[in-house]
This record gives sequence, C-alpha cells and structure tokens, in this order.
Amino acid sequence: MTTIDYRLIDSTLRDGSHAISHQYYAEDVIRIVKGLDAAGVQVIEIAHGDGLGGSSFNYGFSAVPEKELIAAACDVTDQAKIACLLLPGIGIVDDLREVGALGVKVARIATHCTEADISEQHIKAAKELGMEAIGFLMMAHMNSPEGLVEQALLMQSYGADTLYIADSAGAMTTEDVRRRVNALVSALEIPVGVHAHNNLSMAVANSIAAYEEGAVNLDGTSAGLGAGAGNCPTEILAAVSTKYGINTGVDPLKLMDLAEEIVRPMMPRQQVIDRAGLILGYAGVYGSFLLHSQRAAERYGVSQAEILLELGRRKVVGGQEDMIIDVALELARKHAEQEV
Amino acid sequence: MRCAIIGSGNIGTDLMIKMLRSEVLELVALVGIDPQSDGLARARSLGVQGPHEGPQWVLDHASEIDMIFDATSAYVHVRHYKQYAEAGIVAVDLTPAARGPKVIAAVNLEEHLNSPNINMVTCGGQATTPMVYAVRRAIETLPYAEMVSTIASKSAGPGTRQNIDEFTKTTSQALREIGGAETSKAIIVLNPAEPPIMMRNTVFAALPEGSDHSAVIESIYAMEKTVQSYVPGYHLKNRPVIEAGPFKTPGGDVPHRAVVLLEVEGAGDYLPAYAGNLDIMTAAAMKVGEAVAASRVSEARL
Repeated sequence: MTTIDYRLIDSTLRDGSHAISHQYYAEDVIRIVKGLDAAGVQVIEIAHGDGLGGSSFNYGFSAVPEKELIAAACDVTDQAKIACLLLPGIGIVDDLREVGALGVKVARIATHCTEADISEQHIKAAKELGMEAIGFLMMAHMNSPEGLVEQALLMQSYGADTLYIADSAGAMTTEDVRRRVNALVSALEIPVGVHAHNNLSMAVANSIAAYEEGAVNLDGTSAGLGAGAGNCPTEILAAVSTKYGINTGVDPLKLMDLAEEIVRPMMPRQQVIDRAGLILGYAGVYGSFLLHSQRAAERYGVSQAEILLELGRRKVVGGQEDMIIDVALELARKHAEQEV
Repeated sequence: MRCAIIGSGNIGTDLMIKMLRSEVLELVALVGIDPQSDGLARARSLGVQGPHEGPQWVLDHASEIDMIFDATSAYVHVRHYKQYAEAGIVAVDLTPAARGPKVIAAVNLEEHLNSPNINMVTCGGQATTPMVYAVRRAIETLPYAEMVSTIASKSAGPGTRQNIDEFTKTTSQALREIGGAETSKAIIVLNPAEPPIMMRNTVFAALPEGSDHSAVIESIYAMEKTVQSYVPGYHLKNRPVIEAGPFKTPGGDVPHRAVVLLEVEGAGDYLPAYAGNLDIMTAAAMKVGEAVAASRVSEARL
C-alpha cells in the first residue's frame, strides 16, 4: 500500500447540508456514504450544517434528526471513518457521547478563530471517548498567522490530534492561505488541515497551495455542495491533485460519478458564484448566511446584497444568523423613513 | 444583611460596585484566590476587605456573613454549596451550577426567597427567559422556544468559557421551567469585534395555530418595561415580528414564530457599556439579594 500525501475529509453530508437547508434523508446519506467510501475517501463528516445540535430556528431545522443519519452512515461505511462537527455554544459534550456510541471516530471541534479556549471541554471529551479530535478554527481570514498560531497552540494543549483552519467566508487569497499554513506547520507538533470555500473561485487553488505549504489534511464536498458559493469540490480536488502528481489514495473518476449521478440530481440549485456568493467572499461574511439572507430579503423587501454588506461591516461571526433578521428590519425601517 | 461576594473576576467586581450603593445589603468582603487580581485591588481601594483565600475564607468567617453571592464557576460552586448551607449562609449562585431553584428576576422573584440556595441561571437566561414567559402568557401553550445570545469576547471571562456547556444547558432548562416552553434550545456565540459589540439576545418562540399575534406583541412590549425597571439598558433593538413558516420544531409543527431582538447596554459599573451580560446578571442578583433581605426582615418582625 502506497502512502498518501494528504488525507481527504469529505463534508458533503455536513457543510453540504447548508445548501439543501438541512433536508437530508437516510437514503441520501446511504448513497453518498457508499459512493465516497468506494472512491477511497478516508473520512466522511456528517452532522447538521452548524454541527451537532444545530437544528434550530436560528440555523434551520433538520428534516431528519442528525443522529439517525449518522447511525445510517456508520452502518454502511466500509473503510472510511465517520466524523462529526461540534461548535461549543451550539452542541454539547452529551452529543459527542451519543455519536461516539453510534461509531463516530473523529470529532471536529470548531470555534471562531479567536475563541479556541471554549473548546477545551469538548476536545478533552472527544479524546476520552477514544475519538480523534480535530481543532477547527473558523473564519480564519479574520485572524493573522501569528494570532492563529496562538489559538492553535491552545487546541494542541487540550489534546487536539490535528488542527484545521477554515476559510468559512471563502475570503482568502492563495497568499493568505500560504502565510497561515506556513506559520501553523512551523509552530505546531500536530498535522495541519485546510477547509476551503469557493466564493472567490479560489477553493481548489487554495487547497493545493495549503498542501504545498505542508497541510496534510484537505476538505472537499461532492459537486462543491455547501455554504455560500460552495466548498472545494472533492472530485475536482482529487483530479487536480492527480495532475500535480500528489497521491490522494482516492479515485477521481468514482468521485466524478458520485457528484454527477447522485449529488447533482438532489441539489435544489447548482453551486455557482453569483452576486450574493461573491459578496460573501468579498465582504468576508460567513458562508451559511447565504440562504438565510435570501429569505430575509424576500420577507422584508430589502436587497440581499445590502444585508450581506452590512453584516460584513458589523463583523458578525459564524452562528449569528439572528442578525440577518435584525439587519433586514433595520434596512426596511430606513427605506420606509426615506420614502416619507 | 451582611454579604460576601466570592470571585473577583468581571462579575464579582461589577456586583461589588452595585452592592456598595445598596441600602439593604452590607458588603463585608470581596473574596478571591489571586492576591494580584484587579478585582481585589479594586475592593481594597474602595475600603472593602479583599482576602484571597477563596471559599474557605467565607467558611472560616461564617458567623460574620449572612449571605454569599457566588461569582466563581460552576465547578467551584458545586464543590462548596453544601458547606455554605451547613454554615447557615444563604447562597445566591451566579454560576450556571444550578444546585438551587432557578430565579429569573422579572418572572419568579418571590418564589424561592426562603431557599438556602438560589440559582441565577445565566446572563443569557436573565435576558431571554422573561421574553419566553411573555409569549407564553399570551398564548395557550408554547411548544418550543429558543434563545441565541451573542456577547463580546472581552466580556466573557475564563469561567464562562470553561462552562460553555453548562451555560447552554442551564439556560435551556430555564426557558422551560420558568419561561414555560414545552421544549427549548439555547445557543451562545462569542464575537471578538473591536470595538466590542453590545450584548445581543434573540428569542424565537413557536406560535401554534390560532395564537393571538397582537396579544403576543403587546405582552413582549410590557415585559420590556418590567425588565427595564431593574436593568435600564435592556431594550428591544427592533420591533418584535411574527414570521410565517411552517416550522418543524422539536415541540411540533407550527405555522408562525415570534422573533424578539434584544440588546442589553451595560451600566458601565466595572466593564464598559458593551458588557451588558455582566450588568443583567449582577442587576438581577442584586434584585434577588434585596428581596431575600426584605423577606428576612418581615419574618423577623412577625
């Protein structure tokens, strides 16, 4: 068996959940997990888009309880490990315990890129449950390389086995990614990973750049299904990696079949970089605000672009979806005042 | 009543400044564990004792103290709450340890005044439970309620950060037990923006078929006034709205939801105005402490 150059974590069933408003059913999960598993993907992440416990008014209710979906995934996976995501403040340690019992082997514990110290309870709990714990710093464009190192060292000290940065707003240039990954790889004892989004059409390029700087974990989703303009498409990442001579251990053709024949037909909209998606990357706004802001714009008769730009100005972070309604109401009020 | 505050972090120090203005509560000491802490230095400069021997100091001085306000962390409170009760000291617990009955100042202030241990839930719980209750009293049943609390990173001390699960669990319980929701969820988000953001709280409430929407809105406005009577910086940031679904909540499918967008501006007693989370907690604890004192006085007269 040849060794692989980086490990691929597919998040179609977690980040992809945003793009279908968390309406996954068990049969979808089974087909996607089987496809990813057969293609050789090493880790498959499943949860509500906002992590375990994310089903809510604020983020959208899941059609099917996520733990039922996770149980279905654990049942059908052959070689791939099943992972979950948890955001402290939304999910709790009890959730980790429950999914641990279902067979989840990897827990990604995600915080905003300056708030790593809220993850201590959860990283330690994941380790106690025998899981691999991955520290996951979101909205990484909002912190400097040095600042990220400081936060990453905290997660490493809690026992994290791997450290990820997420470009949750799809706002980073290749240079931004290189500087951050380089700093992390030099400072940490644990492996580094990158989770990219495509709002600025940089996801695949940024992932390859991250690999060149020493990242040995990369994220993708099938057909790019995910928050904002979408994620790094797993099948494209695999194909491009092959062209670069990078050994991924996955079969790009099987991933293309999965994306084309199973995932695309279930997508309510294809992942394109339209104005709203581009603004997310341009203004540095959390990708999962896309569909919520579209609904608020329709409901209150204001522009989605204006909502997103104002959210960027307010420096809201992941999880503050309630502020979309707040901004929409304020814009509607201002417009009404101007008309009088 | 003679009082001690345990914990010289953000909450304890803010509470000290409020208590020094009280005509009912006499502050004996602010008790910490770090002799170098800013809070203890502040106490000494205000003429208040600032011992650093932690909970043990209180137990050693039990005859001089009638009531403690615990502003440490849930773990510390759990370790010592029985000792306070055995020493005959009333404990007002500002951690999310939830050992005693929960009190939300605007809703059930009078219910547990004789309890040896009173739990103040969480800052987010003090801010949002009144609004959940306000919706609940205007309709027949409230199948599901949810709160999202966003606080400035700078106003979240190490206690809050290490206790984040306790925060969400205790707050969620309060939405049911005191707010009156059948099912519930609580979410907390930390925002590091500079300058720091004001504390924001959002309440979502599931409205079943046939709910009187204007009664809901009226009840929300009335509750805003009630909370403002002891937290002047508490206000609706935008008008409360009713949004059409349908929504598939854990308490069942409902056609509408109420959305209540709140902001809490702090009084700036210790940390600046953005730290409304401290203010609502310490203002509520003062309200409870003074109510306990008043009930003891009236008992003594009987």
